[in-house]
Amino acid sequence: MSALNIKKGSTSHSAYELRDPNAEVIEAHTLAVIVENEPGVLARVIGLFSGRGYNIDSLTVAEVDHTGHRSRITVVTRGTPQVIDQIEAQLRRMVPVYAVHDLTAEGPSVQRELALVKVAGKGEARIEALRLAEIFRANVVDSTLESFVFEMTGTPEKIDAFADLMRPLGLREIARTGVAALARGI
Amino acid sequence: MTKQMSGARMVVQALKDQGVEVVFGYPGGAVLPIYDEIFQQNDIRHVLVRHEQGAVHMAEGYARSTGKVGVALVTSGPGATNAVTGLTDALLDSIPILVISGQVPTFMIGTDGFQEADTVGITRPCTKMNWLVKDTNRLAETIHQAFHVSRSGRPGPVLVDIPKDVQFALGDYTPMEKAKTDHYQPRMKGDEAAITRMVEMMETAERPLFYTGGGVINSGPGASALLREFVAATGFPVTSTLMGLGAYPASGKSWIGMLGMHGLYEANLAMHGCDLMINVGARFDDRITGRIKDFSPHSKKIHIDIDPSSINKVIRVDVGIVGDVGHVLEEALHLWKTRGARVNREGLAKWWKQIAEWQAVKCLTYKNSTKVIKPQYALQRLEALTKGMDRYITTEVGQHQMWAAQFLGFEDPNRWMTSGGLGTMGYGLPASIGVQIAHPDALVINVAGEASWLMNMQEMGTAMQFRAPVKQFILNNERLGMVRQWQELLHGERYSSSWSESLPDFVKLAEAFGCKGIRIDDPADLDEAIKEMLAYNGPVIFDCRVEKHENCFPMIPSGKPHNEMLLGDADTQGVIGAKGAVLV
Repeated sequence: MSALNIKKGSTSHSAYELRDPNAEVIEAHTLAVIVENEPGVLARVIGLFSGRGYNIDSLTVAEVDHTGHRSRITVVTRGTPQVIDQIEAQLRRMVPVYAVHDLTAEGPSVQRELALVKVAGKGEARIEALRLAEIFRANVVDSTLESFVFEMTGTPEKIDAFADLMRPLGLREIARTGVAALARGI
Repeated sequence: MTKQMSGARMVVQALKDQGVEVVFGYPGGAVLPIYDEIFQQNDIRHVLVRHEQGAVHMAEGYARSTGKVGVALVTSGPGATNAVTGLTDALLDSIPILVISGQVPTFMIGTDGFQEADTVGITRPCTKMNWLVKDTNRLAETIHQAFHVSRSGRPGPVLVDIPKDVQFALGDYTPMEKAKTDHYQPRMKGDEAAITRMVEMMETAERPLFYTGGGVINSGPGASALLREFVAATGFPVTSTLMGLGAYPASGKSWIGMLGMHGLYEANLAMHGCDLMINVGARFDDRITGRIKDFSPHSKKIHIDIDPSSINKVIRVDVGIVGDVGHVLEEALHLWKTRGARVNREGLAKWWKQIAEWQAVKCLTYKNSTKVIKPQYALQRLEALTKGMDRYITTEVGQHQMWAAQFLGFEDPNRWMTSGGLGTMGYGLPASIGVQIAHPDALVINVAGEASWLMNMQEMGTAMQFRAPVKQFILNNERLGMVRQWQELLHGERYSSSWSESLPDFVKLAEAFGCKGIRIDDPADLDEAIKEMLAYNGPVIFDCRVEKHENCFPMIPSGKPHNEMLLGDADTQGVIGAKGAVLV
């Protein structure tokens, strides 16, 4: 990681300790939590957040290693640097948790969310919706004469922007998966 | 080839393989197959309690006084929900216990069956880990894993929930050594660079202080021995939390007493004034820190803890060392010696002089009386008359607990069982029975208040049935003493529901249980009465009528820093502001 590229969440893992541990700024962090895929593990992780008063912006989970029975929970949370450190430590000490990666602090990462967006309308609004969808590289996965369902992937910000544009054009419903994220590079 | 057996037999076999000698429990429909197996063997003793909460506290007392995992066995539904307080207590005080609960058969789970409760759901936040076992082939391995998790790293409570059909079904028994435990292996050794920094700081500190906690005791007797050696070699003063009493002996040269809300003046001022704080297995609990922003403002802080989440949770430290106290102390001591065993002698001499001035305040002084028994005096006499005996102390929760911590001296670890983190009234009596079962020939005393004691008094039946000669030393002020004290200081002396009316006659109560009752209210008779209690071969309920309005001092009011401590009644006028009043 080059010195110019340090993210705001840089920690002592970095040679450049830029983060003030006592700062009261609220940061959003994306954590990847690798857990044993057993009943109750997700409840235990979610219970930690609710029981200790931590925030969850989004959370996704699926088994990623079928033979090893490991699931990956991607959770986007926010808090002061001290709170983020505490969340990671609390997760790490859980018995069924194998690893915790702070994708925001450990370097650049790719973050993607999938959304299905239903837009209903006629005439100009309908054509405008389709035109904007093309710009956002959203696919039409269902269509009637008066509606579309668009499928799009992107960062949460991109999906927010698309939803904002669709609102005056007849946005009816939106379904979002929450963020899946991986660190860039090897 | 693995051995086939029923799930119920597996439970008993797994407990035997884990070296369990005694189980505290209460039968019910969903655990009958396990009770049937217990009936047909003689290796494991079953202690029938009178309420499941008692079973879990007994397991805690057993665990705390032996260092082994304590085991409780309860049925489904109400059996399991009654265990919740004990599980939470063990979680907050890091006590290794295993609760085995019965469950309705797997095909009935989710139907709101008779005595069904979502036990793993209810106990998830109050266990270190819990399991619902739906396959008999997985049962033995799960129990072995549960023991491993409970005793490894920071110890804690675990629960295994076993549906009744899983207890009846046949399956393959997984022996202890074949159970998979490799994925949970907490770090024992501390980081070398951090230990080096710790030793460097110790060499130059002018006003160093060891602040020790329950982690030293959980680490085992070896850790206490190392602490004693380190303290003796450096000459640093030592204070301890409530949970850590006994790790360093009360008679030790460097002992400056317990710290915290009701800790000693010299200990709290030393915390406030030190320039190097060495936290060994304590967790900066709010009873210790007082107001965070003014907590020990001029010190560098080192924190040794096996749980990484304890470090920087409440107080930012300069050096955090994740590891087992025993391992870290051993390496630090070795390194400090090889580097020349240096300390700042001059600074240290001045520091001890300062501490001696604080000690001269004699903060535990109280006004004694010839007419009424002061609770402090009762404990001083108890201490004097039991000194040198093979003695274990448990307590309930409240003023008496703090006085016991202040006025009794603990020379060794594992001799002091108290509910520190959760503050569970009703802990002491069952805990004393658990301790006595583990140490049949020892003197086990529960220092109690009458209100706490009544919360689990049914366990006197257990003490009688299993011949546990526990001594219930009740400081009876007919008040909820600590509540009363707070109401006096914080709520304009409006004593809302904090007195006990319609108390039982404790002597008659003792007779009803078939044990000995002693009542006393004259200070002149105290010694004789205590001797009578000690001499009696069996359980005793000792009703010590004490001064009703005695307050527990010193006291750091909520929301205040260490250097704004109250030493006695004269100091208390209007001391707690609105901000402090919202704290507990």
